[in-house]
Amino acid sequence: MIPAPFDYVRPGSVEEACQALAADEDAKVLAGGQSLLPLLRLRLAYPSTLVDIGRLPELSGVHDRDDHVYIGAMTTHDDVLRSPVIHGACPLVALAAATVADPAVRHRGTFGGSLAHGDPAGDLPAVVLALDAVLVARSARGEREIPAAEFFADYLETALEPDEILAGVRIPKLGPGWGYHYEKFHRTAQAWAVVGVAAAVKRSDGGIEEARIGLTNMGATPVRARAAEAALRGAEAGDRVRAACEEAAADTSPPADLHAQPDYRRHLARVLTHRAVRTAAGWG
Amino acid sequence: MTELDAGLVGEQIAESGQISEPDGAREIGRARRRKEDRRLLTGHTRWTDNLQQPGMLHVMFVRSPMAHARITRVDVSAARDLPGVVAAFSGRDFADEQGSLPCAWPVSEDIVIPDHPPMAVSQVRYVGEAVACVIATDRYRAADALEAVEVDYEPLPAVMDMNEALAPDSPKVHEAGNKAFSVTITSGDVEAALRDAPVVIDRTYVQQRLIPSAMEPRAVLASTDGDTFTLWSSTQIPHVLRVMLAVTTGIPEHRLRVIAPDVGGGFGSKLQVTAEEVLCLLLTRRLGVPVKWTESRSEGNLTVHHGRDQIQHLTLAAEADGRIRGLRVRLLADMGAYLMLVTPGIPMLGASMFNGIYKMDAYEFGCTGVFTTKMPTDAYRGAGRPEATFAIERIMDELAAELKMDPVEVRRRNWIGHEEFPYTTVSGLTYDSGNYEAATDRALALFGYDKLRAEQADRRDRRDPVQLGIGVSTYTEMCGLAPSRMLGMANYGAGGWEHGSVRMLPTGKVEVITGTSPHGQGHVTAWSQIVADSLGVPFDDVTVLHGDTAIAHKGMDTYGSRSLVIGGVAVLQACEKVKAKARKLAAHLLECSPDDLEFDGGAFTVRGTGSAKTIQELAFAAFTAHDLPEGVEARLDSDATFDPDNYSFPHGTHLCAVEVDTETGQARIRSYVAVDDVGRVVNPLIVRGQVHGGIAQGIAQALFEEAVYDADGNLLTTTMADYLLPSAADLPDFTTDRTETPSTGNPLGVKGVGEAGTIASTPAVVNAVVDALRPYGIDDIRMPCTPERIWRALEGARS
Repeated sequence: MIPAPFDYVRPGSVEEACQALAADEDAKVLAGGQSLLPLLRLRLAYPSTLVDIGRLPELSGVHDRDDHVYIGAMTTHDDVLRSPVIHGACPLVALAAATVADPAVRHRGTFGGSLAHGDPAGDLPAVVLALDAVLVARSARGEREIPAAEFFADYLETALEPDEILAGVRIPKLGPGWGYHYEKFHRTAQAWAVVGVAAAVKRSDGGIEEARIGLTNMGATPVRARAAEAALRGAEAGDRVRAACEEAAADTSPPADLHAQPDYRRHLARVLTHRAVRTAAGWG
Repeated sequence: MTELDAGLVGEQIAESGQISEPDGAREIGRARRRKEDRRLLTGHTRWTDNLQQPGMLHVMFVRSPMAHARITRVDVSAARDLPGVVAAFSGRDFADEQGSLPCAWPVSEDIVIPDHPPMAVSQVRYVGEAVACVIATDRYRAADALEAVEVDYEPLPAVMDMNEALAPDSPKVHEAGNKAFSVTITSGDVEAALRDAPVVIDRTYVQQRLIPSAMEPRAVLASTDGDTFTLWSSTQIPHVLRVMLAVTTGIPEHRLRVIAPDVGGGFGSKLQVTAEEVLCLLLTRRLGVPVKWTESRSEGNLTVHHGRDQIQHLTLAAEADGRIRGLRVRLLADMGAYLMLVTPGIPMLGASMFNGIYKMDAYEFGCTGVFTTKMPTDAYRGAGRPEATFAIERIMDELAAELKMDPVEVRRRNWIGHEEFPYTTVSGLTYDSGNYEAATDRALALFGYDKLRAEQADRRDRRDPVQLGIGVSTYTEMCGLAPSRMLGMANYGAGGWEHGSVRMLPTGKVEVITGTSPHGQGHVTAWSQIVADSLGVPFDDVTVLHGDTAIAHKGMDTYGSRSLVIGGVAVLQACEKVKAKARKLAAHLLECSPDDLEFDGGAFTVRGTGSAKTIQELAFAAFTAHDLPEGVEARLDSDATFDPDNYSFPHGTHLCAVEVDTETGQARIRSYVAVDDVGRVVNPLIVRGQVHGGIAQGIAQALFEEAVYDADGNLLTTTMADYLLPSAADLPDFTTDRTETPSTGNPLGVKGVGEAGTIASTPAVVNAVVDALRPYGIDDIRMPCTPERIWRALEGARS
């Protein structure tokens, strides 16, 4: 790994970190490094300063709060997927975290890092979007809450200002009756998702009361499959659910790359949404 | 030969987890753990990049971002002025001394071998070609300085497609045109075989371009004391490299030492004389200090020679009962931009193998090598033979489908019977031994063939969205490269012998020197087993030296599944010579005739008495030399060079079951059975490892890997996020077993195993994928069989 030259600071507190960011508009936050370091290696990014927030314990950990679970931004994927609190209150997060890359990456990569990176092919952005999470940003100017629906601005771009650090994420507890599934379609175990579907489904008698669906890698940002969600509301198990999931790719602009063309991604979104919804509903 | 000659080994590894041990004290056949693994696996060893020299500088190369362009200006002055930068050069700075990278295999009279400067001087012909270099005190400064080198290019049109390249109006890669060579080989009357044939199958298959991905990237370190030169390189071929570098650079061979320290994999990619090796030598000569270069993975994807890349057109004629009348093969082989060490020879290694294990009366092979503006191709695990095996095994399935016959049955009707060996094939090779019936029967039994066919029929009837496909590959391959006489006939620039030395040390330990150059194969262990059996010494008392031209002074190195078949036999023969000397010495000391001595358990015993001398005692006696017989020198060592009369021909039957999800197009391997016959086995554990790795690499071609260039000649698969290597998580458990039909071509009876798995597995997997899709009217999926390609084929079939 031979990046271009940069300055390196390792602040002792979140306040110091925020000051370091505010002092240099070309500074970048170094969390687990699993997305940033490849960019540096390929010299696709030339930050002047890396602000290493790896030793700020206040940014790590999973906390069970009244109506939500708070996940510190620096909590590793491995800690997320092993957290009993997350398994109990928002298991979709753990299901998706378990599919991230490989064990080495999951031990270094962080929950907040993968959100702040804003890669629509990452597995967790679609999850926080589906769960209507709230992202908490800190800066020298104070603290700010950003709803997930407003957080992902464009490809590798988020609503974070250059001087802001993502401190943590509030995942609302949906309560009883919900089932979850993350359906990831990828070519090798370590590869990015070609398409992923994060589904939270509340069952009613013989059907679906409500569904929330986030799509991975179906556009420049993670997206909600709103049309499918609407069609699923009140749908009975069987053909109506299948038909509703045919709406999953509506209003998406999936990318074209080596692994899939847009029409294939749309097709996959429909098939995988059906599978995710069925599994989440317990019909898998 | 009877069925029993191809005795089943009973190595039921997959089921019991145990490996059978040979009887008694014999080392050959024992599943020894590898002596070299501790240091290789922990990395506490001499990888080239681990090596340091006093005053060592670091080299990095500026590489062309253009596929085809004239270089109009190179300015390295700004880079030279940066802190830590010691020197920077353009290709022009070395134009008078860098020579041309060698091609050692001019396969035809009409071949065009273009000038191939290690650093481009006036024109670039592929993305990644070196155009300048910077030398700095550390590699970070060198990397920064690369960005300060200014190069101006005048773009020329990229030439990416082989068929278009051969059109008269195509832009030219080289002045002489885009055809590198053409070769035709005929045997029998193919026209007659095709005429009025009841069945004619005509197919075109594409061997995609692959990137060999050795775990250790390439690295080179060069140093000089002003008089002699030493080059350390992560290479498979230190001996060949020394000769070639001497010729290319003008450094006299006797003043050049080449060392291949521990090398972390090659798969053919390090069977090369690279620009970086030549330039590191020239840079150390010019600067007088050691210089090192280590590639990054992305640099490697661009500039390690690529593999495969052929378009294969086959026409097969058969009788109505499935018997083959004849086969015509027309190949286009993508050379890339230049001919490297054995680039044009790769398709020719398959020239006589498209007929596979089958009998036929007529055969025609034609191949045209084509220049394009891409990285040159060259050897990649199997080299020519995977391509041939894929094509014949795929078209055999098409023949079976046409005749509505079981694909195993159509093979049975055509293969060489075990009683027919040695058998001279239509293409002129003589297969020494084999038993296709035994390997196939064993594989079918382990696979549960009939049961899986029943499940397949059921899923087809039910229109299950997950369809089952079954693929078979009854392969043979030509390895143990190679008889020097045959290489000469093929116009290859070197021989194929191998050298071994065995010396007894004064304390009775044994030092073996081999001309082969292991890079992960386990030669140290296997050669120790051979020596232990031959000399009757403990396995742990044997050490094996290799990979340094100052220590192993003669050798032809490691590629083409040759090391055991040729190098192992050379070591055995050196042992036999040592024993003959020891016998003379023992007879003198025991005061008997040499004929009265029998050798067993590491000692010569006077027949019928208890008087004996151990080989260790004799080693010490030779060392002290106090009492040597007339004409016996004070040394117990010997050399041998082995040159076989023929190639060796491992074979086997691989069976693959694939589940294809027809909704997503994803193909997943459900089960895989490999029964290989690699002749006698020295170390079953090493054989298993080679088979497992080989199958994984063959599956990778079938389902995952492809080097992709865009229309402008940019490589799109420069990282492992885009060039998909499967890991263990993507592969099934393999069930492996063996039959054992000894080779008749060497005294060990061994056949070579390094490439067999790769050669066999690719067609087994693709045959399975196509078998799953055949009810939809699909008869081919281009490799790699990606989910998207399968889905599109299904979409096409549904509409």
